[in-house]
Amino acid sequence: MQLIDTADVQRRIDALRDRDLYVHLEMTSGAYTAYYDSTKHPAANFITNAVVRFSHGGISGSGPYRVGLKMENGWIYTEGLTHYEGTETDRLIMAGHDTQGKLIVSLQLSPEPF
Amino acid sequence: MNKKILVVLPHPDDESFGLSGTLAKHVQDGDRITYACLTLGEMGRNMGNPPFASRVTLPAVRKLELEESCRAIGIQDLRLLGFRDKTIEFEEEELLDGRIGELLEELRPSVVYTFYPGYAVHPDHDACGEAVVRTVGRLPRESRPPVRCMAFARDHEDAIGKPDVVHDVREFLKPKLASIRAHRSQFNVPGIDSDKAYKSRELQERFGTERFWTYRFDR
Repeated sequence: MQLIDTADVQRRIDALRDRDLYVHLEMTSGAYTAYYDSTKHPAANFITNAVVRFSHGGISGSGPYRVGLKMENGWIYTEGLTHYEGTETDRLIMAGHDTQGKLIVSLQLSPEPF
Repeated sequence: MNKKILVVLPHPDDESFGLSGTLAKHVQDGDRITYACLTLGEMGRNMGNPPFASRVTLPAVRKLELEESCRAIGIQDLRLLGFRDKTIEFEEEELLDGRIGELLEELRPSVVYTFYPGYAVHPDHDACGEAVVRTVGRLPRESRPPVRCMAFARDHEDAIGKPDVVHDVREFLKPKLASIRAHRSQFNVPGIDSDKAYKSRELQERFGTERFWTYRFDR
């Protein structure tokens, strides 16, 4: 994974428009959040290999970054992205890692299931 | 007198703290206000405490709150543009600018109020302001209405200077507090519930001034 290059990510988003894709979307506050700090509320969710298709999408912000993808009947939205995988050819793999390197959020799109 | 005023903001409640007193003054002056609210704030995290709304009911709850706020201020024409909360910066520009352009064409407002692009903290605020100045900027120079922007990003005055329009709205604190109260799922401001709250020196101090920067298209 490398730090996000917004121009490259935008090109990859554009290349994935208007086709069926498998999505992995995840966010987690960490399973030990409340153990370390009882004022924190532990929460997590993910959805993996749901099929989506978007017609229009973008990346914005000055880091951490936001991505929004417009679908026929709704939106996919992620805030807090910092890294992506630049060596992927067909897939777009993005994640947000905190200052300790822990994953907070991820958004992945692929023509094949994860 | 009887001017047309266009307000373009992304979320129900964006009008309350920074603009509602100014709008109430416009109403008193006989002006006609159209408020185009881009979304229903349906992704908001506040749902009352304890929560009385859910992710499913929040849009309907916030629509009613917005209507109540508009009644409190005296806004005559509320338009709900049906965009989705958090997505304004990703929305297709032609679609967004097109809707704002239609309103400019229809109303030919004397003044437009929105957020200052880049200095309004929330991405929807910035993207809303950007769309407004982009669309107004396409009009011929002589037919551009002044765009009065709200800004509150940290250190914004270092970048854009002092506001050039400052309104004392202490006289309009009653409708302003009623506007804030209307958004009960979003705000819980202690001490504003009483009928006499608008007379409070402390609240007059806190809410009695509204500041705007007239957007400079030549910058």
